[in-house]
Amino acid sequence: MWQLIRIELFKIFKKPRTYIAFGAIAAIVFLIQFAFYSDGDEYMAFLLKSVNETFTLEGKLLNGYFICYIILQTLLLHVPLLIALVSGDMIAGEANMGTLRLLASKPVSRTGLILSKFIAATVYTLALLTFMAILSLFGSMLIFGVSDLIVFKTEMFVVLESDDVFWRYIAAYGFAALSMITVSSLAFFLSVFAENSIGPIIGAMSIVLICTILISMDIPFFTEMKPFLFVNHMLNWKGFFDRPVDYAEVLKSALVLIFHIILFVSLTIFVFKRKDILS
Amino acid sequence: MNILHVENLTKHFKEIKAVDDLSFSVKKGEVYGFLGQNGAGKSTTIRMLLTLIKPASGSIHVFGKDLRDNRKTILKNVGAIIEKPDLYKYLTAFENLKLMAQLSGCRCSKQELMNQLERVGLSERADSKVKTFSQGMKQRLGIACALIHDPELIILDEPANGLDPHGIADMRNLILHLSKNEGKTILISSHLLSEIELIADSMLIIDKGKKVAEGSVSVLLNPSDTLVEIETTNDALTKTEIGNSKWAEYLQHGDRILLKMHRQSIPELNKHLVYAGIDVTNIQAKHSLENYFLSLTTGNQHVATYQD
Repeated sequence: MWQLIRIELFKIFKKPRTYIAFGAIAAIVFLIQFAFYSDGDEYMAFLLKSVNETFTLEGKLLNGYFICYIILQTLLLHVPLLIALVSGDMIAGEANMGTLRLLASKPVSRTGLILSKFIAATVYTLALLTFMAILSLFGSMLIFGVSDLIVFKTEMFVVLESDDVFWRYIAAYGFAALSMITVSSLAFFLSVFAENSIGPIIGAMSIVLICTILISMDIPFFTEMKPFLFVNHMLNWKGFFDRPVDYAEVLKSALVLIFHIILFVSLTIFVFKRKDILS
Repeated sequence: MNILHVENLTKHFKEIKAVDDLSFSVKKGEVYGFLGQNGAGKSTTIRMLLTLIKPASGSIHVFGKDLRDNRKTILKNVGAIIEKPDLYKYLTAFENLKLMAQLSGCRCSKQELMNQLERVGLSERADSKVKTFSQGMKQRLGIACALIHDPELIILDEPANGLDPHGIADMRNLILHLSKNEGKTILISSHLLSEIELIADSMLIIDKGKKVAEGSVSVLLNPSDTLVEIETTNDALTKTEIGNSKWAEYLQHGDRILLKMHRQSIPELNKHLVYAGIDVTNIQAKHSLENYFLSLTTGNQHVATYQD
């Protein structure tokens, strides 16, 4: 199994398309950091306009923690596409190249093959998020320094003391990893039905997009569906920036995501084991 | 000893019967030709041999073991190219070969991998990405990948596809070398009778998923044999009688009864059937067997019907 995982990782990191995601994340992070570096004070003044009428906020509000929060909020909506780019290609891409029949005719079990591919896709997802964390958190801390974090919610704002923030980011990234692995497992599942990677990538993104639209609509029918849609739970990394943190809610969301990961991977194995490989 | 034994293998794709009750055996050390035109069911059969497709019914035994129950053990000792060489274009020739060796459970040293590339004339391009390779080079690398773990049974599906005449000759020599000097058992599929004739010891011809003929190449292509079509009032009994006879061989082909036999034996056949109580309405010597097999492998039925 370890050998298979190594082979899959070797293939992923030898493929040029793998680095598109790293390049895209680096570009977006640097652009946001640059924008805040040059025009950050103006943005903060605009953001705090209504707040300043009632409260007096002191300290360096435009700091590394705040920039990282903005980056996380922006990027975690787009990272699923970058994840699907590789995960959706894991099986369908091999079918398209004709290498799937080669793999399936080797003395390895089909279950082992699928699990190794999924684990490799998970490693890629974690690598991408770690890269994002280094650039957005440590990069911003280095450029803008650290201070208290102000987080704006729908009808309120929360101020978190500087020494109470770092662990929240680590936890938020951990939760975001779970969310992204769920998207990865969805794209991976769709990949088993296709013979080129475009279908699974677009399919996974469409599902995420449709669910996002459904949960943002305040229609009773959709509201009732919310708890069952995994996309609704993906954004609960923000829960770590509440005071106090509602751990029961965060844990519930994490369990929903883990359930979906297990479901998608099990279905992939089930389908692949019965599949006639004709590509 | 049979290395491969296939019995009553059948596969449907919805209503289409791709392989229909196919049985054959491949002996140790022989080059076994698997002939048929495109769509005859060769690749489907080969994919079933490699566990890529699940048969609807029938059994496959390799090295005396049931493939269903001993998949991993059997596949460790099988090397294959299916239709065209399957390679990772963004990897180098060396990386592809190393990956295939690892997947096949072979712990090859760098030197062994380089020797294998040398064997197929690609050692100088070891570090070139496969996307820069010609079809012939890919085919040679595919062969290297199929042989890297020193398999006992080699399955080659249309290995001459995309090769120039020089490449085809090289491939032919390699197959003969593997068989004669290294004792490998080789199953090679092709739609070219002329190619199989040159390298195979035995051959199987299939058409529309059904076996038409099987036997040693020299016997099947015996120039003194001819193809005879016969019409009787009792086809089932005719087939049984011919099956019991020594001087005629029944070739399956749709509803027609085609026989492979000496032209001189035709009167004896007629007498035999009449004695068995079968009314013969027509016996016709059609043309040479080679032309008939040629028609089955090229899809040119015109050859079968009119040429002699």
